Amino acid sequence: MKPCPEEIVQYMHDYLDGEITRRDEQILKEHLEKCPDCQEHMDQLSRSVAFLSSASHIEAPEGFSSRIMASLPKERQSAGLRRWFGRHPMLAAVAMFMLLAGITLFSNFNTSDGQLAVSTQPNLVIEGNKVIVPEGEKVEGDLFVRNGELHIEGEVEGDVTVINGSKYMASTAVVSGRIEEIDRAFEWLWYTIKSGIKDGLSVFEGPDAGDEEE
Amino acid sequence: MEDIVKKRIKQVLKGDQSAFEEIVSLYQNRLYQVCYRMLGNRHEAEDIAQEAFIRAYINLHTFDQKRKFSTWLYRIATNLCIDRIRKKKPDTFLDAPVPGTDGLDHYSSLAHDAPLPEEEVEKMEQQERVQYEISRLPDKYRSAIVLRYIEELPLQEISEILELPLGTVKTRIHRGREALRKQMKKL
Ligand SMILES: [Zn+2]
Repeated sequence: MKPCPEEIVQYMHDYLDGEITRRDEQILKEHLEKCPDCQEHMDQLSRSVAFLSSASHIEAPEGFSSRIMASLPKERQSAGLRRWFGRHPMLAAVAMFMLLAGITLFSNFNTSDGQLAVSTQPNLVIEGNKVIVPEGEKVEGDLFVRNGELHIEGEVEGDVTVINGSKYMASTAVVSGRIEEIDRAFEWLWYTIKSGIKDGLSVFEGPDAGDEEE
Repeated sequence: MEDIVKKRIKQVLKGDQSAFEEIVSLYQNRLYQVCYRMLGNRHEAEDIAQEAFIRAYINLHTFDQKRKFSTWLYRIATNLCIDRIRKKKPDTFLDAPVPGTDGLDHYSSLAHDAPLPEEEVEKMEQQERVQYEISRLPDKYRSAIVLRYIEELPLQEISEILELPLGTVKTRIHRGREALRKQMKKL
Protein backbone atom coordinates (compact mmCIF):
# COMPACT_ATOMS: atom_id res chain seq x y z
CA MET A 1 0.00 0.00 0.00
CA LYS A 2 1.39 3.33 -0.91
CA PRO A 3 1.91 5.75 1.98
CA CYS A 4 -0.47 8.67 2.50
CA PRO A 5 0.59 11.99 0.96
CA GLU A 6 2.48 14.05 3.55
CA GLU A 7 0.28 17.09 3.20
CA ILE A 8 -2.93 15.31 4.16
CA VAL A 9 -2.49 15.96 7.88
CA GLN A 10 -1.68 19.59 7.12
CA TYR A 11 -4.93 19.78 5.12
CA MET A 12 -6.81 18.41 8.11
CA HIS A 13 -5.54 21.25 10.24
CA ASP A 14 -6.18 23.81 7.55
CA TYR A 15 -9.68 22.46 7.38
CA LEU A 16 -10.15 22.75 11.15
CA ASP A 17 -8.78 26.30 11.03
CA GLY A 18 -11.34 27.09 8.37
CA GLU A 19 -8.48 28.10 6.10
CA ILE A 20 -8.39 25.46 3.41
CA THR A 21 -8.52 26.18 -0.29
CA ARG A 22 -11.21 24.51 -2.34
CA ARG A 23 -8.65 22.51 -4.22
CA ASP A 24 -6.99 21.18 -1.04
CA GLU A 25 -10.35 20.40 0.47
CA GLN A 26 -11.22 18.34 -2.56
CA ILE A 27 -7.94 16.42 -2.27
CA LEU A 28 -8.56 15.86 1.47
CA LYS A 29 -12.10 14.58 0.91
CA GLU A 30 -11.08 12.20 -1.81
CA HIS A 31 -8.28 10.85 0.32
CA LEU A 32 -10.41 10.40 3.45
CA GLU A 33 -12.97 8.43 1.46
CA LYS A 34 -10.47 5.79 0.53
CA CYS A 35 -8.19 5.85 3.59
CA PRO A 36 -9.67 4.63 6.90
CA ASP A 37 -6.51 5.54 8.85
CA CYS A 38 -6.67 9.18 7.84
CA GLN A 39 -10.42 9.16 8.34
CA GLU A 40 -9.80 7.95 11.89
CA HIS A 41 -7.13 10.62 12.42
CA MET A 42 -9.51 13.32 11.21
CA ASP A 43 -12.30 12.02 13.44
CA GLN A 44 -10.06 12.04 16.50
CA LEU A 45 -8.99 15.61 15.82
CA SER A 46 -12.57 16.76 15.34
CA ARG A 47 -13.73 14.95 18.43
CA SER A 48 -10.97 16.44 20.60
CA VAL A 49 -11.72 20.00 19.65
CA ALA A 50 -15.46 19.42 19.94
CA PHE A 51 -14.83 18.05 23.41
CA LEU A 52 -12.85 21.12 24.42
CA SER A 53 -15.54 23.39 23.05
CA SER A 54 -18.02 21.61 25.30
CA ALA A 55 -16.30 23.21 28.30
CA SER A 56 -18.86 25.11 30.29
CA HIS A 57 -18.42 28.81 30.73
CA ILE A 58 -16.73 29.80 33.91
CA GLU A 59 -17.72 32.97 35.67
CA ALA A 60 -15.67 35.17 37.90
CA PRO A 61 -16.44 34.62 41.58
CA GLU A 62 -18.89 36.78 43.48
CA GLY A 63 -17.50 40.14 44.51
CA PHE A 64 -14.58 39.89 42.12
CA SER A 65 -14.87 43.39 40.70
CA SER A 66 -15.32 45.07 44.06
CA ARG A 67 -12.25 43.30 45.37
CA ILE A 68 -10.32 44.68 42.43
CA MET A 69 -11.66 48.17 42.93
CA ALA A 70 -10.64 47.98 46.57
CA SER A 71 -7.10 46.95 45.74
CA LEU A 72 -6.40 49.56 43.08
CA PRO A 73 -3.79 52.11 44.04
CA LYS A 74 -5.39 55.21 45.55
CA GLU A 75 -6.38 57.79 43.00
CA ARG A 76 -5.16 61.35 43.15
CA GLN A 77 -7.31 63.38 45.48
CA SER A 78 -7.97 66.10 42.95
CA ALA A 79 -9.49 63.56 40.63
CA GLY A 80 -11.83 62.35 43.33
CA LEU A 81 -12.96 65.86 44.06
CA ARG A 82 -13.45 66.65 40.42
CA ARG A 83 -15.59 63.58 39.99
CA TRP A 84 -17.62 64.40 43.06
CA PHE A 85 -18.20 67.86 41.64
CA GLY A 86 -19.26 66.34 38.37
CA ARG A 87 -21.86 64.24 40.11
CA HIS A 88 -23.22 66.99 42.34
CA PRO A 89 -23.05 70.17 40.29
CA MET A 90 -25.35 72.06 42.70
CA LEU A 91 -23.44 71.26 45.83
CA ALA A 92 -20.22 71.77 43.97
CA ALA A 93 -21.40 75.19 42.94
CA VAL A 94 -22.34 76.01 46.51
CA ALA A 95 -18.98 74.89 47.73
CA MET A 96 -17.25 76.90 45.07
CA PHE A 97 -19.37 79.94 45.75
CA MET A 98 -18.71 79.80 49.46
CA LEU A 99 -15.07 79.59 48.73
CA LEU A 100 -15.19 82.65 46.52
CA ALA A 101 -17.61 84.74 48.55
CA GLY A 102 -16.09 83.58 51.78
CA ILE A 103 -16.59 85.39 55.01
CA THR A 104 -17.72 88.70 53.47
CA LEU A 105 -20.99 87.22 52.48
CA PHE A 106 -21.77 85.78 55.86
CA SER A 107 -20.84 88.98 57.62
CA ASN A 108 -23.37 90.75 55.43
CA PHE A 109 -26.04 88.50 56.73
CA ASN A 110 -24.98 88.57 60.29
CA THR A 111 -24.73 92.30 60.77
CA SER A 112 -27.89 94.27 61.41
CA ASP A 113 -26.85 97.17 59.22
CA GLY A 114 -27.29 95.27 55.98
CA GLN A 115 -27.81 97.70 53.14
CA LEU A 116 -31.14 97.81 51.40
CA ALA A 117 -30.85 96.56 47.86
CA VAL A 118 -33.67 96.73 45.37
CA SER A 119 -34.02 95.88 41.75
CA THR A 120 -34.44 98.97 39.64
CA GLN A 121 -37.96 99.33 38.37
CA PRO A 122 -39.12 102.90 37.77
CA ASN A 123 -42.47 102.72 39.50
CA LEU A 124 -41.28 101.34 42.83
CA VAL A 125 -41.60 103.60 45.82
CA ILE A 126 -38.84 103.44 48.40
CA GLU A 127 -39.34 104.79 51.91
CA GLY A 128 -36.48 104.12 54.28
CA ASN A 129 -36.11 100.37 54.17
CA LYS A 130 -39.62 99.93 52.85
CA VAL A 131 -40.17 99.10 49.21
CA ILE A 132 -43.68 99.64 47.94
CA VAL A 133 -45.42 98.49 44.82
CA PRO A 134 -48.16 101.12 44.78
CA GLU A 135 -51.77 100.18 44.23
CA GLY A 136 -52.78 100.48 40.60
CA GLU A 137 -49.19 100.27 39.46
CA LYS A 138 -47.68 97.44 37.47
CA VAL A 139 -44.04 96.59 38.04
CA GLU A 140 -42.55 94.76 35.11
CA GLY A 141 -39.76 92.26 35.49
CA ASP A 142 -38.53 90.29 38.48
CA LEU A 143 -38.62 92.15 41.75
CA PHE A 144 -35.80 91.74 44.16
CA VAL A 145 -35.51 93.18 47.65
CA ARG A 146 -32.73 92.56 50.10
CA ASN A 147 -32.57 93.77 53.70
CA GLY A 148 -35.90 95.53 53.46
CA GLU A 149 -39.68 95.30 53.78
CA LEU A 150 -41.61 94.76 50.64
CA HIS A 151 -45.20 95.98 50.47
CA ILE A 152 -47.10 94.85 47.47
CA GLU A 153 -50.32 96.69 46.80
CA GLY A 154 -50.19 96.72 43.03
CA GLU A 155 -49.13 94.24 40.43
CA VAL A 156 -45.79 92.55 39.77
CA GLU A 157 -45.33 90.95 36.43
CA GLY A 158 -42.49 88.60 37.28
CA ASP A 159 -40.98 86.75 40.23
CA VAL A 160 -40.67 88.29 43.65
CA THR A 161 -37.68 87.53 45.81
CA VAL A 162 -37.20 88.88 49.28
CA ILE A 163 -33.90 88.25 50.93
CA ASN A 164 -33.34 88.75 54.60
CA GLY A 165 -36.42 90.88 54.91
CA SER A 166 -40.17 90.71 55.06
CA LYS A 167 -43.07 90.96 52.70
CA TYR A 168 -46.62 92.24 53.04
CA MET A 169 -49.19 91.53 50.42
CA ALA A 170 -52.25 93.78 50.22
CA SER A 171 -55.57 92.31 49.06
CA THR A 172 -55.09 94.12 45.81
CA ALA A 173 -51.64 92.56 45.20
CA VAL A 174 -51.09 90.52 42.09
CA VAL A 175 -47.87 88.63 41.42
CA SER A 176 -47.66 86.74 38.14
CA GLY A 177 -44.46 84.86 38.93
CA ARG A 178 -43.14 82.92 41.92
CA ILE A 179 -42.68 84.44 45.34
CA GLU A 180 -39.67 83.45 47.36
CA GLU A 181 -38.49 84.58 50.73
CA ILE A 182 -34.96 83.79 51.63
CA ASP A 183 -33.55 84.66 54.97
CA ARG A 184 -30.76 82.37 55.69
CA ALA A 185 -27.29 82.66 54.37
CA PHE A 186 -27.25 79.20 52.98
CA GLU A 187 -30.50 79.60 51.13
CA TRP A 188 -29.26 82.83 49.71
CA LEU A 189 -26.26 81.05 48.39
CA TRP A 190 -28.48 78.40 47.00
CA TYR A 191 -30.65 80.94 45.33
CA THR A 192 -27.72 82.78 43.80
CA ILE A 193 -26.33 79.58 42.43
CA LYS A 194 -29.59 78.25 41.12
CA SER A 195 -30.25 81.43 39.21
CA GLY A 196 -26.66 81.48 38.10
CA ILE A 197 -27.06 78.05 36.63
CA LYS A 198 -30.42 78.90 35.13
CA ASP A 199 -28.87 81.89 33.44
CA GLY A 200 -26.32 79.63 31.87
CA LEU A 201 -23.50 80.69 34.13
CA SER A 202 -22.60 77.08 34.53
CA VAL A 203 -18.94 77.70 35.17
CA PHE A 204 -18.88 74.77 37.52
CA GLU A 205 -19.67 72.17 34.90
CA GLY A 206 -16.37 70.43 34.55
CA PRO A 207 -15.41 68.99 31.19
CA ASP A 208 -16.30 65.47 32.25
CA ALA A 209 -19.53 66.23 34.07
CA GLY A 210 -21.57 65.72 30.93
CA ASP A 211 -20.15 62.26 30.22
CA GLU A 212 -21.96 60.76 33.19
CA GLU A 213 -25.30 60.55 31.41
CA GLU A 214 -24.44 58.12 28.61
CA MET B 1 -18.90 47.51 23.47
CA GLU B 2 -15.40 48.66 22.56
CA ASP B 3 -16.83 52.20 22.33
CA ILE B 4 -18.11 52.17 25.90
CA VAL B 5 -14.80 50.74 27.01
CA LYS B 6 -12.84 53.45 25.24
CA LYS B 7 -14.96 56.11 26.86
CA ARG B 8 -14.38 54.56 30.28
CA ILE B 9 -10.66 54.33 29.60
CA LYS B 10 -10.57 58.05 28.90
CA GLN B 11 -12.35 58.71 32.17
CA VAL B 12 -9.93 56.53 34.08
CA LEU B 13 -7.02 58.30 32.44
CA LYS B 14 -8.48 61.62 33.54
CA GLY B 15 -8.34 60.29 37.07
CA ASP B 16 -11.81 58.84 37.52
CA GLN B 17 -10.96 55.56 39.13
CA SER B 18 -14.57 54.49 39.49
CA ALA B 19 -14.94 54.28 35.70
CA PHE B 20 -12.64 51.28 35.85
CA GLU B 21 -15.29 49.20 37.58
CA GLU B 22 -17.36 48.95 34.43
CA ILE B 23 -14.33 47.80 32.49
CA VAL B 24 -13.79 45.10 35.10
CA SER B 25 -17.38 43.93 34.97
CA LEU B 26 -17.33 43.73 31.19
CA TYR B 27 -14.23 41.54 31.05
CA GLN B 28 -14.05 39.78 34.39
CA ASN B 29 -15.68 36.53 33.26
CA ARG B 30 -13.59 36.14 30.14
CA LEU B 31 -10.38 36.98 31.92
CA TYR B 32 -11.10 34.76 34.88
CA GLN B 33 -12.03 31.93 32.56
CA VAL B 34 -8.77 32.14 30.62
CA CYS B 35 -6.80 32.15 33.84
CA TYR B 36 -8.78 29.28 35.23
CA ARG B 37 -8.35 27.16 32.11
CA MET B 38 -4.65 27.94 31.94
CA LEU B 39 -3.92 27.37 35.61
CA GLY B 40 -6.63 24.91 36.53
CA ASN B 41 -7.13 26.32 39.98
CA ARG B 42 -9.78 28.74 41.15
CA HIS B 43 -7.71 30.51 43.76
CA GLU B 44 -4.81 31.01 41.44
CA ALA B 45 -7.11 32.07 38.63
CA GLU B 46 -8.66 34.74 40.82
CA ASP B 47 -5.28 35.85 41.98
CA ILE B 48 -3.89 36.19 38.47
CA ALA B 49 -7.03 37.70 36.93
CA GLN B 50 -7.06 40.29 39.68
CA GLU B 51 -3.40 41.01 39.14
CA ALA B 52 -4.09 41.39 35.41
CA PHE B 53 -6.77 44.01 36.02
CA ILE B 54 -4.59 45.91 38.45
CA ARG B 55 -1.72 45.93 35.99
CA ALA B 56 -4.07 47.07 33.27
CA TYR B 57 -5.18 49.92 35.51
CA ILE B 58 -1.67 50.98 36.37
CA ASN B 59 -0.45 50.76 32.78
CA LEU B 60 -3.57 52.06 31.12
CA HIS B 61 -1.71 55.09 29.78
CA THR B 62 0.42 52.74 27.69
CA PHE B 63 -2.60 51.19 25.98
CA ASP B 64 -2.87 52.27 22.36
CA GLN B 65 -6.49 53.35 22.09
CA LYS B 66 -6.58 52.57 18.40
CA ARG B 67 -6.23 48.88 19.26
CA LYS B 68 -8.72 46.46 20.69
CA PHE B 69 -8.78 46.66 24.46
CA SER B 70 -9.66 43.00 25.02
CA THR B 71 -6.54 41.94 23.10
CA TRP B 72 -4.37 44.02 25.38
CA LEU B 73 -6.10 42.73 28.48
CA TYR B 74 -5.84 39.09 27.37
CA ARG B 75 -2.16 39.65 26.71
CA ILE B 76 -1.53 40.85 30.24
CA ALA B 77 -3.45 37.92 31.66
CA THR B 78 -1.88 35.20 29.51
CA ASN B 79 1.61 36.54 30.23
CA LEU B 80 0.90 36.41 33.94
CA CYS B 81 -0.46 32.88 33.62
CA ILE B 82 2.58 31.72 31.68
CA ASP B 83 4.87 33.24 34.31
CA ARG B 84 2.91 31.57 37.05
CA ILE B 85 3.08 28.18 35.35
CA ARG B 86 6.83 28.53 34.92
CA LYS B 87 7.41 29.49 38.52
CA LYS B 88 5.21 26.69 39.72
CA LYS B 89 7.00 23.97 37.77
CA PRO B 90 9.58 22.85 40.32
CA ASP B 91 6.92 22.54 43.00
CA THR B 92 4.40 20.57 41.02
CA PHE B 93 5.20 17.27 42.62
CA LEU B 94 4.63 18.73 46.04
CA ASP B 95 1.11 19.67 45.14
CA ALA B 96 -1.63 17.33 46.13
CA PRO B 97 -5.38 17.51 45.61
CA VAL B 98 -6.88 19.62 48.35
CA PRO B 99 -9.69 17.84 50.15
CA GLY B 100 -12.97 19.70 50.21
CA THR B 101 -12.37 21.69 47.05
CA ASP B 102 -14.79 21.08 44.23
CA GLY B 103 -14.24 18.52 41.52
CA LEU B 104 -12.98 20.95 38.92
CA ASP B 105 -10.10 21.83 41.14
CA HIS B 106 -9.20 18.27 41.86
CA TYR B 107 -6.77 17.75 39.02
CA SER B 108 -5.62 21.29 38.85
CA SER B 109 -2.73 20.98 41.18
CA LEU B 110 -1.58 17.72 39.68
CA ALA B 111 1.28 18.00 37.30
CA HIS B 112 0.07 17.50 33.76
CA ASP B 113 3.16 15.45 33.07
CA ALA B 114 2.03 12.87 35.58
CA PRO B 115 -0.97 11.31 33.83
CA LEU B 116 -3.61 9.58 35.86
CA PRO B 117 -4.40 5.90 35.43
CA GLU B 118 -6.85 5.34 32.63
CA GLU B 119 -9.67 4.02 34.81
CA GLU B 120 -9.45 7.21 36.91
CA VAL B 121 -9.80 9.30 33.78
CA GLU B 122 -12.76 7.31 32.56
CA LYS B 123 -14.63 7.92 35.80
CA MET B 124 -14.35 11.68 35.41
CA GLU B 125 -17.28 13.93 34.76
CA GLN B 126 -17.12 15.62 31.40
CA GLN B 127 -16.23 19.06 32.74
CA GLU B 128 -13.61 17.62 35.00
CA ARG B 129 -12.18 15.77 32.05
CA VAL B 130 -12.04 18.89 29.89
CA GLN B 131 -9.92 20.64 32.48
CA TYR B 132 -7.76 17.58 32.94
CA GLU B 133 -7.02 17.35 29.22
CA ILE B 134 -6.17 21.04 29.02
CA SER B 135 -3.85 20.71 31.98
CA ARG B 136 -1.99 17.90 30.24
CA LEU B 137 -1.21 20.02 27.21
CA PRO B 138 2.37 21.26 26.98
CA ASP B 139 2.54 24.90 28.20
CA LYS B 140 3.50 26.14 24.78
CA TYR B 141 0.30 24.93 23.16
CA ARG B 142 -2.01 25.46 26.09
CA SER B 143 -2.45 29.21 25.79
CA ALA B 144 -3.13 29.04 22.06
CA ILE B 145 -5.59 26.15 22.48
CA VAL B 146 -7.42 27.86 25.36
CA LEU B 147 -7.74 31.09 23.41
CA ARG B 148 -8.93 29.21 20.34
CA TYR B 149 -11.34 26.65 21.79
CA ILE B 150 -12.41 28.10 25.13
CA GLU B 151 -12.43 31.79 24.26
CA GLU B 152 -13.22 31.05 20.61
CA LEU B 153 -10.98 33.81 19.34
CA PRO B 154 -9.87 34.15 15.72
CA LEU B 155 -6.30 33.15 14.89
CA GLN B 156 -5.32 36.71 14.08
CA GLU B 157 -6.38 37.94 17.51
CA ILE B 158 -4.55 35.08 19.20
CA SER B 159 -1.43 36.08 17.33
CA GLU B 160 -1.79 39.62 18.67
CA ILE B 161 -2.44 38.45 22.21
CA LEU B 162 0.51 36.10 22.31
CA GLU B 163 2.65 38.46 20.24
CA LEU B 164 3.57 35.66 17.91
CA PRO B 165 3.49 35.54 14.13
CA LEU B 166 0.30 34.06 12.71
CA GLY B 167 2.22 31.08 11.34
CA THR B 168 3.61 30.27 14.78
CA VAL B 169 0.13 30.43 16.28
CA LYS B 170 -1.17 28.04 13.63
CA THR B 171 1.67 25.62 14.28
CA ARG B 172 0.99 25.71 18.02
CA ILE B 173 -2.67 25.08 17.51
CA HIS B 174 -1.97 22.24 15.10
CA ARG B 175 0.45 20.64 17.54
CA GLY B 176 -1.93 21.29 20.39
CA ARG B 177 -4.70 19.52 18.49
CA GLU B 178 -2.42 16.58 17.76
CA ALA B 179 -1.48 16.42 21.44
CA LEU B 180 -5.15 16.42 22.43
CA ARG B 181 -5.89 13.74 19.87
CA LYS B 182 -3.22 11.50 21.35
CA GLN B 183 -4.41 12.20 24.89
CA MET B 184 -7.99 11.37 24.01
CA LYS B 185 -7.66 8.65 21.40
CA LYS B 186 -10.25 6.51 23.10
CA LEU B 187 -12.80 9.25 23.53
ZN1 LIG C 1 -4.36 8.25 4.48
